[in-house]
Amino acid sequence: MSQPVKPKRDFTIPVVMFALITFFLKFFVFKGITFIDSMIFLTFISSLYFLITFPMNKYLQIVMGILILFVGIPLIGFQNTSSINVVIDIAIYAALALGLNIVVGFAGLLDLGYVAFFAVGAYLWAIFGSNQATELFGWQLPENGFFFIALVAVLVAAMFGVLLGLPVLRLKGDYLAIVTLGLGEVIRVIANNNPGGLTKGSVGIDSIQQPLHTFTNSLGAEGYKWQSIVFYVIVLAVIAVAIVVTNRLDQSRIGRAWTAIREDEIAAQAMGIPLVATKLVAFATGASFAGIMGTIFAAKQSFVDPASFDVNQSIGVLAMVVLGGLGSIRGAVVGAAVVTSLNLVVLPTLAIEFNNLRQSGALNLPPQFEVSKYQRLIYGIILIVMMIYRSQGLVPASRKHIEVDDAHAGKGAMQGGD
Amino acid sequence: MLLDVNAARKIFGGLVAVNDVTLQVPEKAIISVIGPNGAGKTTFFNMITGIYQPDGGTINFNGSSIVGLRPDQVVERGIARTFQNIRLFGAMTVLENVMVGRHVRSNTRYIDAILHTKRFRDDEASSITRGMDLLRFVGLDVKRNELAANLPYGEQRRLEIARALATSPKMILLDEPTAGMNPNETEETKHLIRRLRDEGNITVVLIEHDMRVVMTISDNVTVLDYGTKIAEGLPAAVRSNPKVIEAYLGAGAAAGNFGLEKTEPNSAGGAV
Repeated sequence: MSQPVKPKRDFTIPVVMFALITFFLKFFVFKGITFIDSMIFLTFISSLYFLITFPMNKYLQIVMGILILFVGIPLIGFQNTSSINVVIDIAIYAALALGLNIVVGFAGLLDLGYVAFFAVGAYLWAIFGSNQATELFGWQLPENGFFFIALVAVLVAAMFGVLLGLPVLRLKGDYLAIVTLGLGEVIRVIANNNPGGLTKGSVGIDSIQQPLHTFTNSLGAEGYKWQSIVFYVIVLAVIAVAIVVTNRLDQSRIGRAWTAIREDEIAAQAMGIPLVATKLVAFATGASFAGIMGTIFAAKQSFVDPASFDVNQSIGVLAMVVLGGLGSIRGAVVGAAVVTSLNLVVLPTLAIEFNNLRQSGALNLPPQFEVSKYQRLIYGIILIVMMIYRSQGLVPASRKHIEVDDAHAGKGAMQGGD
Repeated sequence: MLLDVNAARKIFGGLVAVNDVTLQVPEKAIISVIGPNGAGKTTFFNMITGIYQPDGGTINFNGSSIVGLRPDQVVERGIARTFQNIRLFGAMTVLENVMVGRHVRSNTRYIDAILHTKRFRDDEASSITRGMDLLRFVGLDVKRNELAANLPYGEQRRLEIARALATSPKMILLDEPTAGMNPNETEETKHLIRRLRDEGNITVVLIEHDMRVVMTISDNVTVLDYGTKIAEGLPAAVRSNPKVIEAYLGAGAAAGNFGLEKTEPNSAGGAV
């Protein structure tokens, strides 16, 4: 605590240069979607991480953040929609990781069925925002009803969190993991069984409306790009709220109660923390993040089927949380970015490169060799390496502790610190 | 009576861990519960604090029954406790540990925490103020920003007491507060326990193995053996009770001078 404060090096210039150079490289030189192009784009995205990690001029930090998020990424996205779609997917998974981080990282409840809440949100908009509603109830919501349903999804998913949580939260550790794994599958199986013609079973629901679609459509041939920008803005807003909410809960009596439960359930209870209620709050909060992102996912894909919500998704989100660092808010976002870009960008584009090499005869590879099929293997290896060399994750949790300095010790003034 | 336990019973399978134990604790008393290992002392504590539900008997606190309440509800009624094997939240700082104890006494709601309402800010500030007061009380205020796991043993025990006090209890149950302490630390703890009662107006019930502690600070001692109460009374009377000596040292030892050699001269009878 009382170590001498090292003079912090200022990284303003390198970080700004890094962001600018990668942006110009991507925007003017590597415009395409090949492996190299995508890697340059990911490098550009990573400057956001450097921006918040390295000590630098506060003013420039904010300006650069705004420039990257609201000018850089949209410009590149406009040039090439696949780029911005990657960012949208990263943000969707980041919100899922943030939500699961509350459950697993803060409260210490291993939940392997988290994707169920994502499914609840997705089906909510899929049903009310498509012809499905007309067939079922004779009416359907207009496309901008999406915004209403997105908010409703927060509550509905939270409700599902409580509903699923109540019976299972009496269990601990491995038992809890197994039961949540089962309940997660139950939701998917229900969707597959098409109760009352609600979910259209394994066929899935298609032609789901997109918010502001009439407006973007009116912009002509470029309309689909604007549609991506719309989603981009929506996910950014949601992720911003998710980060603030997570942060504030963590820094409150509720967050302390979660940490206490994670550390020692019996002691937490003996200090007056109601176990079931506090765990349910964690479950419901985590679920609500997944719920709202589910509606966005449904609208963005404009198609939803049960296969999107299998157990691998839950495991994938858990992998993001663990990779990023259990209990770390920044880690959850970074973990989501790494895993998602690995899945959606690095491996697929690498596969294409290998294919090209094979076809041109430069590389003699057996036809069975397909990089994208090694996805699980690769992040299996990454996770194992992480466990050995950096078991606390990419960005280890550094829970902000409440610190009272000497001058204020008597008055009990509060100050955040690391 | 602040705490009135009547014929409390706890059965684990075929084992009667606590067999119809009756205990009355008047306000502002320091009461010790002693007994050989496995006598059911901690089980008895766990019944009072709601971790176990009794299989028989009644437990009244402050005039109303606390049987069937959850541990957190018992805390809300005003009973706090510490543990035989220290159970601090190691990843939290000393101050944060104490602030967890304020949980039942603060009413910040979910929405307050998200919106940072006035209620949230007031609650946080008062938790910190109260927490710091308690840390000063146990002499840990200088260590407020250290992780609880990094404290030395004796300080961890004191922190556990401060954390329990943070729940604003009327009564505190201390489970072997001096276990593993050196004579110096034991003396300090004894002093602290007296201050709990005298300055904090808190009733103390303690489980203790160190007879020097038991004999010098207790108003009254209850002895358990195999789950049954075998003696109760003033420390001096209990110490010379043949049943107690037999329970501790086995039959035949009753004739000896058990307890005396462990007690400081002139302190027989216990200080009150």
